[in-house]
Amino acid sequence: MAVLVVAAHDGKTVRANVANAVAAAAQMGPEVHVLVAGSNAGEAAKSASEIQGVAKVLQAEDAAYANWLAEDIAPLIVKLAPGYSHVVMAADSVGKNVAPRVAALLDVAQVSEAIQVVSPDTFVRPIYAGNAMATVQTADQIKIVTVRPTNFKAAAGGGSAAIEQIAGTGAAGLSSFVGAELSKSERPELTSAKIVVSGGRGLQSGDNFKMLETLADKLGAGLGASRAAVDAGYVPNDYQVGQTGKVVAPDLYIAIGISGAIQHLAGMKDSKTIVAINKDEEAPIFQVADYGIVGDLFQIVPELTAAVEKK
Amino acid sequence: MKVLVAVKRVIDYNVKIRVKADNTGVETANVKMSMNPFDEIAVEEAIRMKEKGAATEVIAFSAGPAQCQETIRTALAMGADRGVLVQTDAELQPLAVAKLLKAVVDKEQPGLVIVGKQAIDDDSNQTGQMLAALLGWSVGTFANKLNVADGSVEVKREVDGGLENIKIKMPAVITTDLRLNEPRYASLPNIMKAKKKPIETLAPDALGVDVAPRLKTLKVEEPPKRKAGIKVKTVAELVEKLRNEAGVI
Ligand SMILES: Cc1cc2nc3c(=O)[nH]c(=O)nc-3n(C[C@H](O)[C@H](O)[C@H](O)COP(=O)(O)OP(=O)(O)OC[C@H]3O[C@@H](n4cnc5c(N)ncnc54)[C@H](O)[C@@H]3O)c2cc1C
Ligand SMILES: Cc1cc2nc3c(=O)[nH]c(=O)nc-3n(C[C@H](O)[C@H](O)[C@H](O)COP(=O)(O)OP(=O)(O)OC[C@H]3O[C@@H](n4cnc5c(N)ncnc54)[C@H](O)[C@@H]3O)c2cc1C
Repeated sequence: MAVLVVAAHDGKTVRANVANAVAAAAQMGPEVHVLVAGSNAGEAAKSASEIQGVAKVLQAEDAAYANWLAEDIAPLIVKLAPGYSHVVMAADSVGKNVAPRVAALLDVAQVSEAIQVVSPDTFVRPIYAGNAMATVQTADQIKIVTVRPTNFKAAAGGGSAAIEQIAGTGAAGLSSFVGAELSKSERPELTSAKIVVSGGRGLQSGDNFKMLETLADKLGAGLGASRAAVDAGYVPNDYQVGQTGKVVAPDLYIAIGISGAIQHLAGMKDSKTIVAINKDEEAPIFQVADYGIVGDLFQIVPELTAAVEKK
Repeated sequence: MKVLVAVKRVIDYNVKIRVKADNTGVETANVKMSMNPFDEIAVEEAIRMKEKGAATEVIAFSAGPAQCQETIRTALAMGADRGVLVQTDAELQPLAVAKLLKAVVDKEQPGLVIVGKQAIDDDSNQTGQMLAALLGWSVGTFANKLNVADGSVEVKREVDGGLENIKIKMPAVITTDLRLNEPRYASLPNIMKAKKKPIETLAPDALGVDVAPRLKTLKVEEPPKRKAGIKVKTVAELVEKLRNEAGVI
């Protein structure tokens, strides 16, 4: 039986993490289909068809799907699910919102945030902020799995799957979309950036974050933050890296003025190289950093910014 | 309107957990337990609704062993009116908890159910969404702000790109995110008062719910350890290492 990947998209392209979800799905079954549901989702469906390893794209057009409300989208997935062994979504804010609703409607368990596919029914997932790894097995006929994108290498492009139009299921009439207040940024998206510059309470203000923006722009990096920096209002909520924020695994993570609480480490300790800048030489962040530098960030960051410029 | 809040007893977020030597789970004996932090936020939100006159009664629900009484008492001390404990020593997975919650919702008929977006032990992030599905209700996940008015709730949600506003019909399920509010500490007099508030204890059987786990945990292991690296003295040295040793810039 085939595996169904449910793709989030912005109307033009599916999210980058769909290619990671497809790679994970390919380890669960012999054939991968991708569902692109939306209103005017043609371009997004086309982008899904170009992911290598996708055998078929199902495009469901319905005005009700324009804003991806769980109440409207879940019935469509529930309708399709019996034709599949697995339904897979990336563990982002869309997958986390929709997948459990689908699972409960089907009366099956959900495997949350799998980081490894051991076999089609067995998965490894982090628990306790990544301080333990549980191997879980599901006996359900239809397996609902969200996968952590950073743990699966994205499937390449260049494919050309067929796109099949399917009927929508209409609006449930329970919820409506009012609007979004999205952070505008020209910088690479946090979870797929090769380099992430991240700031914590040590920055002391939102204004001081501009310093990190300059460094990030020099490096072509995405910008992240600790919970403390978000709670204090220095930066928007979508910057938060950690157990209850975003999980990142870039080639380089630079933690600036971040102490390294376990909840923060949960979101970045799989980074290839970690740099910590902190004035407290006892800060736990140094226990996971490949390169630490003890000192005042207000002195070190401008120096670092100048030094990377001299490439 | 009644508001039902779910409060889960978890290992305190400050505890450095240990994996059991036999790889069956995580050591919970003699470990400090607390209310899941997201559930404190849920309780706080419900109490504020009551203080504003939007809610008439706040009921705190927990499922698990007898010690979950303590977690419910904490909610009562914060200001919840009464508790419901579904007592069981069985392993509870999110679908089972959602079914237990549904059974209690069917009895109590609350206008809102507020749960945490995720429990910090199992990190599943499922229960609220599942409950809404079982009830056929709408759900506002990862709530950053709530506004209850005229039979619906405006929910500001924390999503990947920032914030999103939706309007959902009541009754509804809400899951809390970190910025929804700052939970209060219970005062000593309120802790004393909470001792007299009622807690009803039920069994899963009596609610007609089969809580048998659907996921089998084969083993629980330590994650690979990351080794601490080196400290560099100067920015020049750091840049040199990043360029030539790590090759990342
Ligand atoms: C339920 C729950 C969920 C959570 N989820 C997350 C999460 O997802 N992500 C997350 O990050 N946290 C999370 N937390 C919070 C976490 O426990 C920590 O409180 C938080 O990560 C601390 O942020 P920080 O390191 O910026 O601040 P602090 O711990 O205050 O550290 C600031 C650091 O900056 C350093 N510093 C100060 N001034 C300077 C200077 N001039 N130069 C150099 N260094 C300086 C200090 O030495 C210190 O180490 C969660 C907590 C709970 C309870
Ligand atoms: C290795 C392993 C061993 C386990 N052993 C046990 C065990 O011995 N005993 C046991 O009881 N469970 C055990 N569990 C189950 C686990 O601790 C969780 O209770 C269960 O998987 C629910 O997931 P969650 O809390 O992360 O759900 P989430 O969906 O993340 O929880 C979200 C919200 O739902 C509500 N909620 C969830 N559970 C409860 C609850 N019980 N009471 C009140 N509100 C709740 C809370 O508001 C919470 O914030 C085990 C799990 C694993 C992986």
